[in-house]
Amino acid sequence: MYTPEMLESIKKVEATREARMGAELRRMTADEKEKLLNEFHPDYKQEGFTTLKIGPNKGDKAPVELADILQARSWVEKLNIDLGIVDYDVDVLVIGGGGSGASAAIEAHENGANVMLVTKLRMGDANTMMAEGGIQAADKSNDSPMTHYLDAYGGGHFKAQPDLLRKLVMDGPIAIKWLEKFGVLFDKEKDGTMITTHGGGTSRKRMHAAADYSGAEIMRVLRDEVFNRKIPLVDFTAALELLLDDEGNAAGAILENMETGEHFVARAKAVIIATGGAGRMHYQGFPTSNHYGATADGLVLGYRAGAKLLYQYTLQYHPTGVAYPPQIFGALVTEKVRSVGALLVNVDGEAFMHPLETRDVSAASVIRECGVRGKGVATPSGGRGVWLDSPIIEMIHGPGTIEKRIPGMMRMFGKYDIDIRRVPMLIYPTLHYQNGGLQITVDGRTTNVKNLYVAGEAVGGIHGENRLMGNSLLDIIVFGRNAGLNASKAVEGADKPKGLNIEHVRRFMKEAEDAGIKADAVSPKLFPAYARVGR
Amino acid sequence: MSEMVSVFLFGKKYDVPSGLTIMTAMEYAGYRLVRGCGCRNGFCGACATIYRVEGDRELKFCLACQKTVEDKMYVATLPFFPLLKEIYDIEKIGPTEQIMMQLYPEIYKCVGCNACTKACSQELRVMQYIAFAQRGEYEKCAEESFDCVMCGICSSRCPAGISHPQVGLLARRLTGKYIRPESAHLKDRVEEILGGNYDKLIEDFMGKPADELKELYNNRDIEA
Ligand SMILES: Cc1cc2nc3c(=O)[nH]c(=O)nc-3n(C[C@H](O)[C@H](O)[C@H](O)COP(=O)(O)OP(=O)(O)OC[C@H]3O[C@@H](n4cnc5c(N)ncnc54)[C@H](O)[C@@H]3O)c2cc1C
Ligand code: FES
Repeated sequence: MYTPEMLESIKKVEATREARMGAELRRMTADEKEKLLNEFHPDYKQEGFTTLKIGPNKGDKAPVELADILQARSWVEKLNIDLGIVDYDVDVLVIGGGGSGASAAIEAHENGANVMLVTKLRMGDANTMMAEGGIQAADKSNDSPMTHYLDAYGGGHFKAQPDLLRKLVMDGPIAIKWLEKFGVLFDKEKDGTMITTHGGGTSRKRMHAAADYSGAEIMRVLRDEVFNRKIPLVDFTAALELLLDDEGNAAGAILENMETGEHFVARAKAVIIATGGAGRMHYQGFPTSNHYGATADGLVLGYRAGAKLLYQYTLQYHPTGVAYPPQIFGALVTEKVRSVGALLVNVDGEAFMHPLETRDVSAASVIRECGVRGKGVATPSGGRGVWLDSPIIEMIHGPGTIEKRIPGMMRMFGKYDIDIRRVPMLIYPTLHYQNGGLQITVDGRTTNVKNLYVAGEAVGGIHGENRLMGNSLLDIIVFGRNAGLNASKAVEGADKPKGLNIEHVRRFMKEAEDAGIKADAVSPKLFPAYARVGR
Repeated sequence: MSEMVSVFLFGKKYDVPSGLTIMTAMEYAGYRLVRGCGCRNGFCGACATIYRVEGDRELKFCLACQKTVEDKMYVATLPFFPLLKEIYDIEKIGPTEQIMMQLYPEIYKCVGCNACTKACSQELRVMQYIAFAQRGEYEKCAEESFDCVMCGICSSRCPAGISHPQVGLLARRLTGKYIRPESAHLKDRVEEILGGNYDKLIEDFMGKPADELKELYNNRDIEA
C-alpha cells in the first residue's frame, strides 16, 4: 500500500531499528520546549487568530474560525416559535450524548431529578467513543493525587484552574471505581491490579485502559446504564439556542429535529452543556480525529447567553494523526502506541525526539521535522509525515504485543493492507482536542449564568493550556457527574422557570450590528459542510 | 487517485474518485449526512452498510467510513437496526447461567448458520461469542466480543432474531463487575481519599509558590 518513496524510506527505518532499541533518548529542556512551541506550534501562529469583537470575551483572542461562529447569526432569528408552548418540561436538560452528558444524566437521575438528554446524532456518537488510549487516575501505591496534580499542572503550562484540577485528581480514583462498579472492563492482572502505563507527560504509570477501546468501552457501558435507567433520550436532535427565564437564568433550549427540521421548546430548571469539542471546525485547515458533530456548538450557545470562555485560543494538535493512507487521513493513532514503545523516526530513519514529550511539544517537533528540517516523507496528496515505528514494539515486548495491546490500530491500518507489526505508520499532527471552553466554578456551573452548567470537553480551565492524554476521559466522568449532581441539587424543589425568552440572542445580534459585524454564517454549525454539491 | 469509479448509492449511479470511502463517496455525490455517520472512524457503528459488487455473487458488509469504494459497487446503508435491548439493574443481577435465559432467551435458538460471523464488520467470531454466552462462559464471551461496535449487521442476518451486540455487552458488564477481581489498590486509594487522608497534603502542595511548583515539575523523577 505504501508508495515506492515510502518503501525506500522504510528501508532506512529498518536499518536503524536494532541500534535504536536500547538507545536512551534525551528529553528536551524547558527552554528548548518553549522555543520549539513558539516557532512551530499552531497555537502560536498569529494568522490563525483574531480578536473577538463582541460578547463576554470581547477583546480576547480566538481562532478565526471560532470567532466567525461565535459572532455569526442565530438559527432562531428567523424562526417563529411560540415559547409558550412547552414540548418538554424537565428539571435538568443535558445537551450532548457523549461521556460527560451520560455521566451527568446518570448522576442527576441518581439524585432523583427528572432529567432528559438530547443529542445531535445517536447517543454515543461522540468523541468519547473514539478515545483509545486510556484514563488517568492516581491509584497506585507509588502515585498520589499530588503527583497527578503536578504532571497535569506542568503539562498544561501552569494555567489550569487550581480548584478544578484539584477536583480532577482527587476524584480520579473515585471515578475509576464508579466505572468498575458499572462493569467497565479495565485491563487488569489476574489479581485485579490495574495494568497501567505512561502517557505523554506523566511521571507515574497511571493510564488505565480497556485495550485500545478505552473510550468505547466506557461509552458503551454508560449508554447502557442510561437505557437501563430509562432516562428520556431525544436523539438526532440539536440544541440551537438556550432559553433564559425572566431573571436571565438558564431555563431550557430550543431544539431541532435534525431529520425533519421540526422545532421544539424544552423547558428546564437547569441546563448542562455537554456538547464536546471542535475538531470539525478544522482550525488552520488541519484534519481532525474528532467525530462528525464536533463543531463547538455548546460554546456558541453559552457565549450568546453570557457565559465566559477561558483559553479558547488553545487547541490540542495530536502529534500522531494518520498522514497516509488518504481514507483515514487525520484519524488518530493512539498515544498508547508510543506508551508501549514505538518511536518517532524521520525519513532517514533517525529517532528525532523522545516519544513521550507532551502533545504540544511532540506536535511542534513533528511539524518542524517535516517543515524547516525537510526530514518528512512525502505523500501523494502533497502532504508530509514522519514514521511511527511500530515493529520495534514487538522487538521490545515480544510477538503478539501489538495484537493484544493495540488491536484497533492493527485493524485500522490492516484494512489498507498495512501490517503495523511489520511496517511503521506515517503520521502528522491532527486537530484533536479543545483545551479551552466555557469557564466553570468547581461545582460545574458557569461563572455568570445561573442554572447553566457545563461538563466535558466544552469546559475550559481544567487542564490549562494543554491536556495530557487520559485526563479528558477522567474529566468527563468527574465533572460530568459533578454537574449532574450539583444541577439537580440546585433546582430541587424549585418552581418551573417563568417567562422563557431569547432576548439574549436579540441583544447579542444588536451588539454585533453595532460592532459593524456583517456575518453571513449561521451558528451553531451543527455539522461540517462536507457535501460537495447539493441544496 | 483521480481515477473515477461508478458506485450505485441506493441503486442510483454516481461517478466518484476511486480513493474515497463509501461515506466520503456519498458526500462527494452530494449527500449531507445526518444518519449513518457518527465517529467517521470505525468506533461507533453508525454506518453499517451492505453492498454487492457487480459480478460477485457474495453479499458483503462493512462500515461505510472504513471501506474504500470499488467500481460497480451497489450500496445500501443500514443506519438503524431494531436490536432488542433488555432493561436490567446491574446491581441486582449476577453472572449466573440463567441470566441470559431470562434476558436474551433467543440465543438458545441459534441454528449455527454462522451468518453473523461472516457479516461482522469487525471480523469478530460472533457465533462463537454467542456460544460462550449460551454456556454461561461470560468472560470468554466478553473477550471474544470486546471489539464490537454494535453496528447491528450480525443481527440483521440472524434467522433466530438474536441481538448479538446486546448479548456481548451484557457479558462484558457481568465480567467487568462480577467475574474479574475488584482492584484492591483502587479500593484502598478511594477509601484514603474519602477518609480525607489527602485533603491537607494536596492543599499544602497546591499552596507552594509558583516557582517551587515549576522547579518540582521540571525535576520530576519519572517512573521507568
Ligand atoms: C480519537 C480520539 C481519541 C481520544 N483519546 C483519548 C484518550 O485516550 N484519553 C482521554 O482521556 N481522552 C481522549 N480523547 C478525548 C476525549 O475522548 C474527549 O475529550 C471526551 O470524550 C469528550 O467527552 P464529551 O462528553 O465532553 O464530548 P463528546 O463525547 O464528544 O460528546 C458530545 C456530544 O454532544 C453532541 N452535541 C454536540 N453539539 C450538540 C448540539 N448542538 N445539540 C445536541 N447535541 C450536541 C455530540 O454529537 C456528542 O454526542 C480522545 C478524543 C478523540 C477524538
Ligand atoms: S461513522 Fe462510526 S463507525 Fe463509521
